Amino acid sequence: MSHTETHAEHIDEEHDHPSDLKYVKIAIVLAAITAAEVVTFYVEDELGALLAPILIVMMIVKFGIVAAEFMHLRYDSNLLTRVFVAGIVLAVGVYIAAMTTFHYFSS
Amino acid sequence: MTTSTTTEHVGAAHPTTAPGHVTSTGLSNEKLSMWLFLGSECLLFGGLISTFLLYRNVDVELAVGDLYDIPFTSVSSFVLLMSSLTMVLAVSAIKRGNGRQTRTWLLTTALLGASFVAGQVYEFTVFYREGLGYTTNVQSSAFYTLTGFHGVHVSIGIIMLLSMFVLSLKGRIGPERHEALEIVGLYWHFVDVVWIVIFTIVYLIR
Repeated sequence: MSHTETHAEHIDEEHDHPSDLKYVKIAIVLAAITAAEVVTFYVEDELGALLAPILIVMMIVKFGIVAAEFMHLRYDSNLLTRVFVAGIVLAVGVYIAAMTTFHYFSS
Repeated sequence: MTTSTTTEHVGAAHPTTAPGHVTSTGLSNEKLSMWLFLGSECLLFGGLISTFLLYRNVDVELAVGDLYDIPFTSVSSFVLLMSSLTMVLAVSAIKRGNGRQTRTWLLTTALLGASFVAGQVYEFTVFYREGLGYTTNVQSSAFYTLTGFHGVHVSIGIIMLLSMFVLSLKGRIGPERHEALEIVGLYWHFVDVVWIVIFTIVYLIR
């Protein structure tokens, strides 16, 4: 098998996207996580300090599933993932810089 | 010689690259550009979310958090989440060459998006009637700017979806040009993931 054939097959594999049924299953999982998020609103007193970490984990899981499966990052080139993650890292950097600035320099 | 053969194969095997349009990355420039744009959009929304968080705990007479209707916003969030499903089904249908299904899913996605925007307009109206205007306090300004910017993004997405619907109706996009719809889909999913973050950070964590 030549290098060329291997490369072409690799590209084909990258674009082997999920079936419609799998998309529906993914949406059901996302809906279930959203329902769990809403439930936390009604039991926030019981959850106490755990509320924020639980919600943030669920948010990250939902974000990851949509980006990986619906936006096809899991099946596309890693370059696209790097471009998107770079934006997210910079955004988190902006948040940390803003919070730090206001923490130290607010009157 | 080996290099040129490889790039020709990449162009042929890569369904998102136009025939004869070989790029140095092996990816279509349009798709890469959309991802770069979305990366920059992360910064925009990162700045807006940071601003809201800075002013969320400021002592004000009328706080935004006192007016939230979580069950209502949860339904809106669910609607937007499901519009991501209908969007991928539209992309899947166009790849199969099923124009009718593509248009059905596109229209469904646009309608779900419009329902979300309508819900946001309703929420803003209720808040305004309760006395919370854009300039009432810094917190309300940050809230309306963040959620308003997101609403504008959804509205632009709806226009893009309806444009795709019309193009499909005229037979100007099909399986051979599915990348155009895939790129619109990327934008749509992005507004969905931004809302996932806003819903949790702005509405649920208080």
